Amino acid sequence: MPPPVRRIAVDRDPQIVPARQLPNGSAIAPAPAGEARRRGERPDPASVIERMRVESVWLAYGENWVVRDVTLPVRRGEVLALIGASGSGKTTLLRSLNRLTEITAGGARAGRITLDGQEIHELEVNDLRRRVSMVFQQPNPFPMSIYDNVAYALAEQRPPRGRRRRRTPELEEATEDALRRAGLWEEVAGDLDRSALRLSGGQQQRLCIARALAAEPEVLLLDAHCAALDPISTATIEELIVSLRDSVAIVIVTHNLQQAFRVADHVAFMHLGELVEYGSSVQVFDRPSQQRTRDYISGAFG
Amino acid sequence: MEAGGLVAAPSPPVAVRPGRQSTAAWPLADRIGYWLCWATGVALCLIAVGIVVFMLVKGISYLRPALFVEHPSASLHQSQSGGFLDPIEGTLIITAIGTLIAAPTGVALAVWMSEYGRPTPLARAVESAIDVIAGVPSIVLAIFGLLVFSESFLGFLSQNAANGSVYGRSFFAAGIIMSLIALPLIVGSTREALTQIPDRVREASYALGKSRASTIRWVLLPSIRPDIASGIALGMGRIIGDTAIITILLGFTLTTQGVGHAPVLGTLRGTGSTLTSYVYYNSPAGEGNAPQKAYAAAFVLLMLVLLLNALVTRLTVGRSSNRVGLLRVLGFWRLPWTR
Repeated sequence: MPPPVRRIAVDRDPQIVPARQLPNGSAIAPAPAGEARRRGERPDPASVIERMRVESVWLAYGENWVVRDVTLPVRRGEVLALIGASGSGKTTLLRSLNRLTEITAGGARAGRITLDGQEIHELEVNDLRRRVSMVFQQPNPFPMSIYDNVAYALAEQRPPRGRRRRRTPELEEATEDALRRAGLWEEVAGDLDRSALRLSGGQQQRLCIARALAAEPEVLLLDAHCAALDPISTATIEELIVSLRDSVAIVIVTHNLQQAFRVADHVAFMHLGELVEYGSSVQVFDRPSQQRTRDYISGAFG
Repeated sequence: MEAGGLVAAPSPPVAVRPGRQSTAAWPLADRIGYWLCWATGVALCLIAVGIVVFMLVKGISYLRPALFVEHPSASLHQSQSGGFLDPIEGTLIITAIGTLIAAPTGVALAVWMSEYGRPTPLARAVESAIDVIAGVPSIVLAIFGLLVFSESFLGFLSQNAANGSVYGRSFFAAGIIMSLIALPLIVGSTREALTQIPDRVREASYALGKSRASTIRWVLLPSIRPDIASGIALGMGRIIGDTAIITILLGFTLTTQGVGHAPVLGTLRGTGSTLTSYVYYNSPAGEGNAPQKAYAAAFVLLMLVLLLNALVTRLTVGRSSNRVGLLRVLGFWRLPWTR
């Protein structure tokens, strides 16, 4: 029994998300009664490529093991959703994928995490994080202009110098493209020099997504990124996630089961640091094999 | 109309705002506390206004344009004792040297302590060292400076006598010691501001593949510019206002006395005076004993400090700031040179 899904009516503005045309001609086909609507088509299994692999990974902060023996694939061509109650280790697992757990004092890891077969600890950390980018739960724009926020992400290490020179046509184009993809362009196009801190919370979060996309990452990690968004913005972002699926491997952490069902192709349910169940979203939501999963998605706990 | 009951309002309703709350309903202790706090605020304002007005009245009445362009000279006749061109020059030089040393070092120290701070014992030691420097009275720093700069290997910083002894008193010596006075203030405000930046801002930058250095340079430092500016302004104020170090380490000569013929270096190796030492010299306690000139110089000193503060805030904060300093309230930012 899939969870009840509240449908959000979206007047899809073709300018907001230049998503690829879906094979059936419409992304917002009215769902048959009683059936939850999923975004996009099932990915073509042939085009799915494994990019990252988490192999028997244990993660600890100090003496506390927060993730215990998790094994997961992260594939391009599909969206992986990590679900679970607070404190189940989803975010920690997500942060370990681009080695952000290292920043926290006492962060430690056992097991292997690989990107294209290469252990991520053997990669240069800044290079890894350029390839595996992350959007956080809290919007965290830099205290600079909207334009600079995106341009900084585009630049190698330092923002392009010089008031005049920084506005090269290529940079402007890339910035506009990133903002368009995140569905923010229409709202900020007139005033890119405005401080990013003056945007609303939802706009800030979309700016953060634009910023993460600007660097063209290979893997995109989204940590409960829609928690601070209104339904319209959420819908925009979900469309975006589905449209990015073929070019970027995407992992999302979400507390919103409906969202996981709408966008994810595979779902991993975590509880108290353990991976309880991993499977296709239809299977996990429809026919969970574990009692704990069944309890969680039916709202018995969490 | 009646059926729906919804009628477009012809005009916006009158908004009711809560009026000023009367304290009459508060408990007595709260009221007393409140009025005490209020009174201290008002008292401080009165004192500040008092200082400025007093110096304005006293200072302006003795201020002559000639005072700004004449060199001082030691004469008991007030008509011949000149102006305070050299002290103004001295104040500017000392402030420049002190700030140029203290600002980059202070910011660097604060960045290291707040962003790296490893190994921890070293960070703690640095912190204590800064506290010690902040706590040492400036007269003690001055005596220490004299000791250090009289060493022969530092002779290039001051005048050397024919027999090889080093005078140890110069703009260099005073400026370097002055930087120690400003340093703790700059470190303090920079560090405080850095710890205020939430970690998620740093993580956002790391998550984009930016290095630590790049994050500090392009994200953290730009966002705390106002705080660095206020630290620098505070430090400058302390430097301009210090008298002990000037008296001991600048030679306390009335005019700027260069060493040799090198134009800039010679001056910096030489001795001189600043506005503070000039005020002291001309106060009834000093040798000059010309209170009118002391008042005039004190007024100029006060204006200089206020102006420098405004300038530094202006330069570093930029136009977008919402901060309102005293001079901005007074409308200084409308003046053409601050645009």
